[in-house]
Amino acid sequence: MNNVFVICEMDEGKVADVSLELLTKGRTLANTLKCKLEAVVLGHKISGIEKEIIPYGADVVHIGDDARLAPYTTLPHSAVINGLFAETKPQIGLLGATTMGRDLGPRVSSALVSGLTADCTALEIGDHEDKKAGKNYKDLLYQIRPAFGGNIVATIINPDCRPQMATVREGVMKKEIFSPNHKGEVKTIDVSKYIKPEDLVVKVIERHMEKSRVNIKNSSIIVSGGYGMGSKENFNVLYDLAEAIGAEVGASRAAVDAGYAEHDRQVGQTGITVRPKLYIACGISGQIQHTAGMEDSAMVIAINNDVNAPINKIADYVITGDVMEIIPKMIKFYKKNSK
Amino acid sequence: MRSFVIFVFLKIKLILKFYKMGLKIIVLAKQVPDTRNVGKDAMKADGTVNRAALPAIFNPEDLNALEQALRLKDKYKGSTVTVLTMGPGRAADIIREGLFRGADDGYLLTDRAFAGSDTLATSYAISCAIRKIKSFDLIMAGRQAIDGDTAQVGPQVAEKLNLPQITYAEEILKAEKGKILVKRRLERGVETVEGPLPCVVTVNGSAAPCRPRAAKLLMKYKHAKTMSEKQSQSEDYIDMSTDRPYLNIAEWSVNDVETDDKWLGLTGSPTKVKKIENVVFQAKESKVLSDSDKDIEELMRELILNHTIG
Repeated sequence: MNNVFVICEMDEGKVADVSLELLTKGRTLANTLKCKLEAVVLGHKISGIEKEIIPYGADVVHIGDDARLAPYTTLPHSAVINGLFAETKPQIGLLGATTMGRDLGPRVSSALVSGLTADCTALEIGDHEDKKAGKNYKDLLYQIRPAFGGNIVATIINPDCRPQMATVREGVMKKEIFSPNHKGEVKTIDVSKYIKPEDLVVKVIERHMEKSRVNIKNSSIIVSGGYGMGSKENFNVLYDLAEAIGAEVGASRAAVDAGYAEHDRQVGQTGITVRPKLYIACGISGQIQHTAGMEDSAMVIAINNDVNAPINKIADYVITGDVMEIIPKMIKFYKKNSK
Repeated sequence: MRSFVIFVFLKIKLILKFYKMGLKIIVLAKQVPDTRNVGKDAMKADGTVNRAALPAIFNPEDLNALEQALRLKDKYKGSTVTVLTMGPGRAADIIREGLFRGADDGYLLTDRAFAGSDTLATSYAISCAIRKIKSFDLIMAGRQAIDGDTAQVGPQVAEKLNLPQITYAEEILKAEKGKILVKRRLERGVETVEGPLPCVVTVNGSAAPCRPRAAKLLMKYKHAKTMSEKQSQSEDYIDMSTDRPYLNIAEWSVNDVETDDKWLGLTGSPTKVKKIENVVFQAKESKVLSDSDKDIEELMRELILNHTIG
C-alpha cells in the first residue's frame, strides 16, 4: 500500500510543532486517499516518542533511535530516509520547511528522483489530465505555493514520480489532535542497515541555541511595519504602540531586508504565518508574499499613505495618512479611553 | 638516510600541495528578476505583475556566496574563483559581474534543451557542467534564489555529485588540509560544523554582503564576452579577445557537457506546473478613516469596547 508519510523533526526533546501540523494535514490527505498515515522520527534517546505522534492520527510510526542521528546532519538522515522510502514506497512524503527539512528534502528527492515543492501554503488531492500524452492521473497531490516573490500562485504536481514530496512552513497548517485514543503501530528502523561510515564525514563541533526572544506566532495582537516605515528609528513608534496595547511587533520582508527589524519578526511566506485577532499593518504595501502570512487575521487595520496599496483591499479599516502621526494618536486615545 | 631524504621531500611536496596551490572554488550563481521591489509600475491595472518592468539581477544570496569565496581566495594564496551560471545568453552579465568583483573566470551554460527545468533537472545540468570543469575543491552557492525561494538546487547538486553538503552557512571559518569549518545559521541559533573537501556549501543571506565592483577589474573585464556575444559585434572586439584570452567567457551548450537527454529540461523534471494564477486581490469591504483625532479616537474606543484590545 502506498501511504502518506510525514518526516517528523525533533525540537528540544519533543516533536516539533511543524511536524504535528503536518500530521494533521497528512491525516486529512490519507482519509481522502483511503490509505494509512505513517510517521518517521529519527534521533537519539527518543523512546516513547510515538505517544506524542499517534494522537495526531498516525497509523504507523517508524522510529530510528541511534547516536549517529543526533544532532542532525544531512547524510545519515538522508541515508535512512532513502532506504526506508525505497522499501515502503510512499505516495506522499511531507517535511517541515525548516533548516532541517529544507536541507534533507532536496537531498532525498534528488536521490529518489522524485519531485519536491518547497514552502507549500496548501495541499490538496485532485486529478490531472495530460491532453498531449492522452493520460489521466487520479488522486495527485496538488502542491500549491506562491512563487515569483509571491506575485503568482502556482499549483505543482508530480504526475509520474513517487513519492510526491512537499515542505510546509511552521504555522501554515493547523495542528489538531485526531483522537487521543487513536491506535498506531511502532516499527523500529534498523539504522545500521542504511548508514555507511562515509555518511559520518560532517560533524557538528559546536551548537548554540538561543531561546526565541520574539514570539509573534502566539501573540493575539500584532503591530507590523513595512518598508514604508522609512527607517529603523521610525520602527520605535511601533514598539511604543505594541507596549501600550499588549502586542508584538512584526515586519514585512522588505523591512527586514532593509534592516529595520530582526529576521524573527518577519511575517509572510518566507517568514512566520500568523492568525492574530488584530493585525495592524503600518507602511506595508501588502504584496502576497506578506499577506499570505497574515490574511487569516480576524481583523486588519492598514495604515498607509498610499490609497491604492493592495493591503487596503484585505483590511477592515483603512487609515490613510502619515504613520508617524497616526500611531502616537492611537497610543494617546487608547490610554485616554482604556482608563 | 636516502630514504629519509625522499620521505622529507615527499612530505614537503604534500605540504606545498595544500598551501601553495590554494583552493579551486566554483560559485553557482543565478540571474533572477528582482522580485523584492515590485514597485507600482511593475503592477498592471488588473493587479498582475508586469515582468518586463522587473530588472534582472545577480541573485542576492549568490552574492553572499561569492563574497565567502573571495575571502577564501584572499586568505589562501593561489586560490581561484570560477562563476558558473545557467540561463539565457544575457546571463553572461552574471559572469561579468563576478569578474568585476574579483572572480577569475566563468562559464555560461546555455541551451534551449535546459528550458523548462525544475530544480532537479537544473541540478542535473549544473552537476554535468561541474563534472566537465573537473578540478575543484569547493562548490558554493546562495541558499536560495529569490524567484523561486526553493533552496533545493544546492543540496541536489551535492547529491548528484555524491558530495557532502553544508547548507545555511554564515561564515567559512577555515578551509585547509582537506577540511572545511563552517558556521551555520539555524532558526534559533548557530552551529559550527566540520566537513571534508570537496563539498557543497550554500550561503545564507545573513552572511557578509559582497564587496563592490573594483574599478580596476571593471576596466579589465568590461569587454569580457561569450562567443555568441562576440559574433554579434564588430571585428575589433574579436581581435581584442585573441590578444587577451581572459576576455573570453566560456559558453557551453548541451553538446559541450556530457548529459543524458532524459534528465534534461521538461522531460527531466518530475514536477510540472498544473496551473498558474496571477494574484489579484479580492476587495473586502473596508471602512476608510481619516487621520483626524476624531476618527482615530472613535476607532480606538470601538476596539476597546469590542474587546479586541485591552
